[in-house]
Amino acid sequence: MKIIETNTLLQALGVKITRLKILAPAIAKKASPGQFIALMVSENGERIPLTIVESDIEKGTITLIVQEIGLSTKLLGAMKEGESLYSLVGPLGHATEIKNYGKIIVIGGGVGIAEIYPVARGFKAAGNRVEAILGARTKDLLILEGELRKVSDDVKIATDDGSYGRKGFVTDILKEAFTQHPASSAEYGLVYAVGPIPMMKAVSSVTKGFGVKTLVSLNALMVDATGMCGGCRVTVGGKVKFTCVDGPEFDAQGVDWEELEKRNRVYEDKEKHICKLKNIK
Amino acid sequence: MNKEPVKVKEVEAIQRVSGFKEVVLGYTEKEALAEASRCLQCKNPVCSSGCPVGIDIKAFIGQIINKDYEGAYSTIRQKSNFPSICGRVCPAEYQCRKACILTKKGSPFASQSAINIHFLERFIGDWGSKNSTKISANRQPLIANRKVAVVGSGPAGLCAAGELARGGLKVVIFEGLHKPGGVLRYGIPPFRLPRDILDFEIGQLRELGVEMVTNFIIGKTLSLQELFKEGFEAVFLGLGAGIPSFLGIPGENLCNIYSANEFLTRVNLMSAYKFPEFHTPVTVGKKMVVIGGGNTAMDAARVAIRLQKMNDIPGDTTIFYRRTEIEMPARRLEIEHAKEEGIKIKVLTQPLSFSGSKAGCVEKIKSLECRLGEPDSSGRRRPIPIEGSEFVNDCDAAIVAVGLGANKILTSVTPELKTDKYGDVTVDSETMETSIKGVFAGGDIVGGEGTVIEAMGMAKKAAKSIIESLSKKGK
Repeated sequence: MKIIETNTLLQALGVKITRLKILAPAIAKKASPGQFIALMVSENGERIPLTIVESDIEKGTITLIVQEIGLSTKLLGAMKEGESLYSLVGPLGHATEIKNYGKIIVIGGGVGIAEIYPVARGFKAAGNRVEAILGARTKDLLILEGELRKVSDDVKIATDDGSYGRKGFVTDILKEAFTQHPASSAEYGLVYAVGPIPMMKAVSSVTKGFGVKTLVSLNALMVDATGMCGGCRVTVGGKVKFTCVDGPEFDAQGVDWEELEKRNRVYEDKEKHICKLKNIK
Repeated sequence: MNKEPVKVKEVEAIQRVSGFKEVVLGYTEKEALAEASRCLQCKNPVCSSGCPVGIDIKAFIGQIINKDYEGAYSTIRQKSNFPSICGRVCPAEYQCRKACILTKKGSPFASQSAINIHFLERFIGDWGSKNSTKISANRQPLIANRKVAVVGSGPAGLCAAGELARGGLKVVIFEGLHKPGGVLRYGIPPFRLPRDILDFEIGQLRELGVEMVTNFIIGKTLSLQELFKEGFEAVFLGLGAGIPSFLGIPGENLCNIYSANEFLTRVNLMSAYKFPEFHTPVTVGKKMVVIGGGNTAMDAARVAIRLQKMNDIPGDTTIFYRRTEIEMPARRLEIEHAKEEGIKIKVLTQPLSFSGSKAGCVEKIKSLECRLGEPDSSGRRRPIPIEGSEFVNDCDAAIVAVGLGANKILTSVTPELKTDKYGDVTVDSETMETSIKGVFAGGDIVGGEGTVIEAMGMAKKAAKSIIESLSKKGK
C-alpha cells in the first residue's frame, strides 16, 4: 500500500491528474484489464474505486491514474512517495473479455483515456487491430497519447476547441470511421468506450445506428465495492445491476444514462461543503 | 417467589437519540443477583432447548446465584464464544426466554416475566472481559501450528478462528473490508454493540495468535485453490449474507434510496455520522422512511432518527411494514426502543412505487393498505393488499431493509463449491464440510440469514470437524 512513485500527469486549466505507482504485490499478480481497486487514503477517508491502469508482477506494483475531483481524490493526489494508503483491496469487478475481434475501436475521453489504456493493450496483445480515438476539451488536457500510440495501430484525436487533432467530438471521428465506405462499420467487432457520461451516451447512440457491439465501463459511486451495499446500482437493459460485481463493463445500449448521471451527482453539495471546510481547492 | 423481573437500566430516549452511545446499560452485580434469584432452577429445564447452541442456562444462572462468576463464564463459553456480544444482540425473546417456563404457553415470544437470560449472559460476558478471564486452550500436539484459513471475520469467522486457535492451529483470517468484524462492524450500530466490546473480542483472538489479514478477498486477491497451495490445510468459509435485496418497484433507483446495508455501512463502518470529520457522506432526510420489519429495519430507523437529531432536523422517521407489529421478526426490545425514540411504525403498508424530483431525488412513496390473511409458510399471517387503497407519503430519503442474500464473490468463481438455489453453500450437516474436501462453512452463507448465535453454533461445529479431520490426517 506504499506509494512507490507519484507524478503529475497534467496540471492545466484547473484540472490535475496524477499517476501513482503503489506497492501491492498480491493485487498486481491478479489484475487483468478492466478491473479496479477500492482504496482509502486515511482511516477517516472514503472508499473510492479506481481502475488498475497497469500492473507489474515483478515489481509488485499497480498504477492508478486519478483526476482530482472531490476531497478524497485531492488527498490521494497530494500523497507523497513513501507514504502508505490506509487500505487497498482488489482486483475488483469482472475483467474485460479479451479476444480477437479482428478490428476494434477504443474511445477514451478525459481521464477515461487512462481506463481504456489497459484494455487497448490487452486487445492489441490478443492480435486485434486497435484504433484509438481520444478526446479532450483542449490540447493541454490530453493524457497518455504516447502510451496509446504504443498499443494502438492508429490514434485519432478530437479536441472541443480544435487546439489539437480535429475540432469536435470523438463521435465525429467514430462516425467517419464507420462511413469510410459502405461496409466500414461491419468490419469492427467491438467499440470500447470510457469517459464522461455524455460521451459514452453519444458513442452508444452512434454505434447503435450501425449495430456495432459496444462496451462501456461505468463509474458509479461505490462504498464497499464488493456487492454489499448496492449504492452503485445501475439499470441496464431494464434490469438492476451492481456496477462493482456485475460490471464495471456493460453493454452500452441498455444503460440508463440519465439515472446514472443523477445518481453520481447525489453528494455534489456535500463534496463542495467538505472541500471548502478543509480548505482544499 | 413470583418476584418482578429486574428492569435493565437504559439511557433516556431523549438523551440517547443525540448520539451513538449504548442504550442498554446492563445489570449491576446487585441487579444480576436479584434477577438470577428469580430463576426457578427447574428440575427439567426447558430454557436450554431454546438456545441455538444449547448453553446450560440453568447451570450458569445457578453459578451467578452462588456468585461464582468465573464458573458461569466458563459454562457459557463452553457453547458460546462471545457472551458479551450475544448477550447484547441475541433475540432472546424468540429463543431461550421464549422456552423459559415462565413464558405463557402459546405466546409468540417470551412473556415479560420470563427470566432475562440475555441480560444475565451479558453481565457474565462483560465480567469475563473485565477480569480477562481466559478459556484454557486445548492445544493438540498432532495439529500444532498447522495452518488453517478462515474467510470472513463476521460472527462465524471470529468464532471459528477462536476455536481453531485454541485447538492449537495457526489461524489466518482473511477479511475483504478494511476492518474485521463483518456484520458486527458494518451492520449492527454501536448503540447496540459498542465497538470497544467488539474490538476487545478481536484483540483476544489476536492474543491467541490469530492473524488478521484485512483488505483481502478470497476469490479475488487469491483463489480458494491457491490458499491450499500456500500451505493452508483446511479452510472455513464464513462469507455471510451480504447482498441486499430490493423491492423491485418503480422509482427504487432514485437518489437517496438506500439498501439498509449501504445506509448502515456508511454510518457504522465509515462513520458518516461524523461527517465531515470522516469523509463518507450520507443523506439525512426530513422525512425518512424505512421499509421492513426485521432487526435491520429497526437498526436503520434508529440510526436515521439519530442522524436527524444530530443534524437539528426534527425527528421524522417512519417504518413501513406489510403485516402488523406482532408478525415483525425484529427483537421486541428493538421495536420498543424504536418507538421510545420517536420512530413511527406504519403497519399493513406495502410500498408500490417511489417518485422523485427532476434531479432524480426521491420525494414521495406510494403504498397500498393491506389486511392480514391466512398464515403463510413462515407461520405468520400473510399480508393481502387492499385494491384501491393507494395513498402517498412524503419521503426524501428511504431505506430498504427487506433481507439479504448470499455473498457470491467466492462461490461465483469456484464452481466446484456446491450451492443451493439461493446461492447458499451446501454442507454436510454433521461436519459442516462443503463439496470441496477440507473446506468447511458456517453462518449465513449456510442456510441464509440467521442470528449471530446460530452462526457461532455452526462455526463451532465446523471447527471441531476441522480439528478432527486434521488430527486423523496426521502430519
